[in-house]
Amino acid sequence: MAEKLSTERLGRYNPEKPMENRITDLGPRHYWEFFPPIIKKNYGKWKYHEIVEPGILVHVSETGDKVYTVRAGGCRFMTVEHVREICDIADKYCDGYVRFTTRNNIEFTVDSLEKAEAVKKDLLSRRHVSGSYKFPIGGTGAGLTNIVHTQGYLHCHTPATDASSMVKAIMDELFENFGSMTLPAQVRISMACCLNMCGAVHCSDIALLGYHRKPPMIDHEVMEAVCEIPLVIAACPTGAISPAKTPDGKKTVKIKEERCMFCGNCYTMCMAVPLADKEGDCVTIMAGGKVSNRISPPKFSKVVAVGLPNNFPRYPEVVETVKKILNAYAKDARKYERLGDWAERIGWERFFEKCDLPFTEHLIDDYRLAYDTYRTSTHFKYTEAAWSVSKAVGGI
Amino acid sequence: MEFEPKPVREMKKVKYDEVRIYTDEELNNYTEEELKSFKIKHDIPMCEELEKGPWPSFVADAKRLALHRRKLADDRMMIDRDVVEDLLGQLELSFKDGETHWKHGGIVGVFGYGGGVIGRYSDLPDKFPSIAQFHTLRVNQPASKFYKTDYLRAICDMWNYRGSGMMNMHGSTGDIIFLGTFTEQLEPVFFELTHVLDQDLGGSGSNLRTPSCCIGKARCEWSCYDTQEMCYELTNYYQDELHRPQFPYKFKFKFDGCPNCCVASIARADLSFIGTWRDEIRIDQEAVKAYIAGEIKPNGGAHAGRDWGKFDIQKEVIDLCPTKCMRMEDGKLLINNEECIRCMHCINVMPQALRPGKDTGVSILIGAKAPILEGAQLSLMLIPFMKAEPPYDNIKERVIDPIWEWWMEEGKNRERVGELIQRQGVQKLLEVLNIPPMPQMVKEPRCNPYIFFKEEEVPGGFKRDIKDFRKRHAR
Repeated sequence: MAEKLSTERLGRYNPEKPMENRITDLGPRHYWEFFPPIIKKNYGKWKYHEIVEPGILVHVSETGDKVYTVRAGGCRFMTVEHVREICDIADKYCDGYVRFTTRNNIEFTVDSLEKAEAVKKDLLSRRHVSGSYKFPIGGTGAGLTNIVHTQGYLHCHTPATDASSMVKAIMDELFENFGSMTLPAQVRISMACCLNMCGAVHCSDIALLGYHRKPPMIDHEVMEAVCEIPLVIAACPTGAISPAKTPDGKKTVKIKEERCMFCGNCYTMCMAVPLADKEGDCVTIMAGGKVSNRISPPKFSKVVAVGLPNNFPRYPEVVETVKKILNAYAKDARKYERLGDWAERIGWERFFEKCDLPFTEHLIDDYRLAYDTYRTSTHFKYTEAAWSVSKAVGGI
Repeated sequence: MEFEPKPVREMKKVKYDEVRIYTDEELNNYTEEELKSFKIKHDIPMCEELEKGPWPSFVADAKRLALHRRKLADDRMMIDRDVVEDLLGQLELSFKDGETHWKHGGIVGVFGYGGGVIGRYSDLPDKFPSIAQFHTLRVNQPASKFYKTDYLRAICDMWNYRGSGMMNMHGSTGDIIFLGTFTEQLEPVFFELTHVLDQDLGGSGSNLRTPSCCIGKARCEWSCYDTQEMCYELTNYYQDELHRPQFPYKFKFKFDGCPNCCVASIARADLSFIGTWRDEIRIDQEAVKAYIAGEIKPNGGAHAGRDWGKFDIQKEVIDLCPTKCMRMEDGKLLINNEECIRCMHCINVMPQALRPGKDTGVSILIGAKAPILEGAQLSLMLIPFMKAEPPYDNIKERVIDPIWEWWMEEGKNRERVGELIQRQGVQKLLEVLNIPPMPQMVKEPRCNPYIFFKEEEVPGGFKRDIKDFRKRHAR
């Protein structure tokens, strides 16, 4: 019989003797105990898989066994109430086994299509009292996968926008695409609320990024007391921060504002240089990245829209821009072509034309190695943007 | 069962009914009607806007936890019952102010560990007292995130009792995240985790971060090595590095079973382990015919939602092959495997006809990271092929350990290994690993001729006599 979870205020911990009975370095639970028997039996023997319908997969084993998986979208933020409801479903249909994916989906596995349909029916019948689905089904094949994202205002001290709300706003608008497979290839959207990119969104078909736009303020009063000034200075990738003294002789720093690109690395090192600002903080959208090696190599997302407002809680300008990109891609790309492959095939000038997005000077790289991104050929397509240059210079 | 991997030690079984805290009555302590009319103590119109729409609403979810906590008895929670309500209240205010209300940093943790706990404090503790302290714990997830409900229910009870009851399933790196508790409960949570749930924390700070892997052989036909086993073994083997900061900065391992890279190792891990093979793609010619005849849905049915016309193997597979190493001859699909770069496209399109080879292992790539500080990087090809069998001594001793030794010696504070490679060159890495260079490490050879020849490479060395030179050449 296992020991019960303690209900004592400090449980098994004795603050008088903190090292007493301390167990460390256990590592994670072993994965094998959490596999359903059919997964154990067919481990390493899978032969092929098929998507039966959006959100339902079948995997077929060399042993002849088939396992059906129903994939439901979830929120990264999840309460114990929600997890307990997931457990109820898993107990009812899946002998108490359930899996989460790296993109915050929940997977229920069963051994027949009938059972999978029963799980599906049950999942779709569950709604929050306000009407939203608790377990929408989809996220497979040539459709929109669930958005992976960071903490935002729910837990982070450096965000330039919120994460959970932006994801909710976008998934509400693109809900159809999560539950269908009508796109040329899968589309992965990722969201990070500042440049730190805890979500490492830099290789996504569409990446949403919170961005600060004002240089840090300096809290001269406390700088000396709370920060290691040399570390703050060293933290700046553009060398914009240098030592200074306040009129009353306290050690502090000064910032060459025109050199700041608002990365926030100084704030990570020191609380006395906050950047966040209601009017300054905004959203950047990047597009065309991927991590798969399929056909073309993995690639970075490119910045395609900057300075979109943090219009809480539904970010209509961000949602609109994402929809423009997704719709143009859906209409124009070839089968199997990822968003970035499509943009490269038609040319980025055509991408901006087809997506109806303005090309601004901020989209031309001016950081390190920027020259690598400049076009050094006579290969280009004529778009309105090209004619504007010709006109501006008196060429036509 | 013929195959059964073993844990590194005997693990405690977790049966929910034996360990549970809450009764069924406590777990079902509110009705749907009550939830419909429930208002939290703060006015949150913008948050409530996010209850609308079809996608799962995190606000609606939070509100039911708030109601659940309101109806629990006072002594059935160790931190304030209002923690969810205050979190939503602060979120609303953050929307209004357009700025976060979490303070910078805060060093808290459990004894002996330098990671796994992230300190967090509200900057409005008077207004939102129950989230005045709102620390996070990272809990090392089981490889590829399968669970038994016994375990999940047990952590739910423990976390609602000792923390906010709010979690992330899962965080970006892969951990289960416990969101929000007071300093007092950090050690008690850790003791319950280790003593009852036989479960450790994950990594944070300048540690080995919690490794993560794809679904692998558990439910995928393409996994070229045992991603779960390797993830589990390396996580256990490097527990010290995971819990106690000793690196210049964070270090991540991710394990992808094939080049489709479902856990994005190539974009997100300092060391990316990607499954591959060195023999031939297995072909079932009958199945190829069935695909051509339209009897099997191409791409596993991934494009079934739209009419893309009849499947055309020439257009959809052969012409899209990046090395053009495939052709049809006498109704048979032929692959020139020597020219294949294993991009997975043909296998993805015709999973019933084509399968990865049988002589499998890993490619190891190094150096990926997000933009802070020197710009985003993808991992670069380091080791083309390596057998990956438990206990992975070859990989630990010949790859991981020497790289860490070099990075710990030479890396600057907060310099990721990819940035160190940028600063010291791949050449240095060759020396560290004692491996020869190969053209596979680069997209193309360098186009600048600025070569740092070493003295020993040049006949006669660098020492010369200027007087001798002047004998031949007047000033």
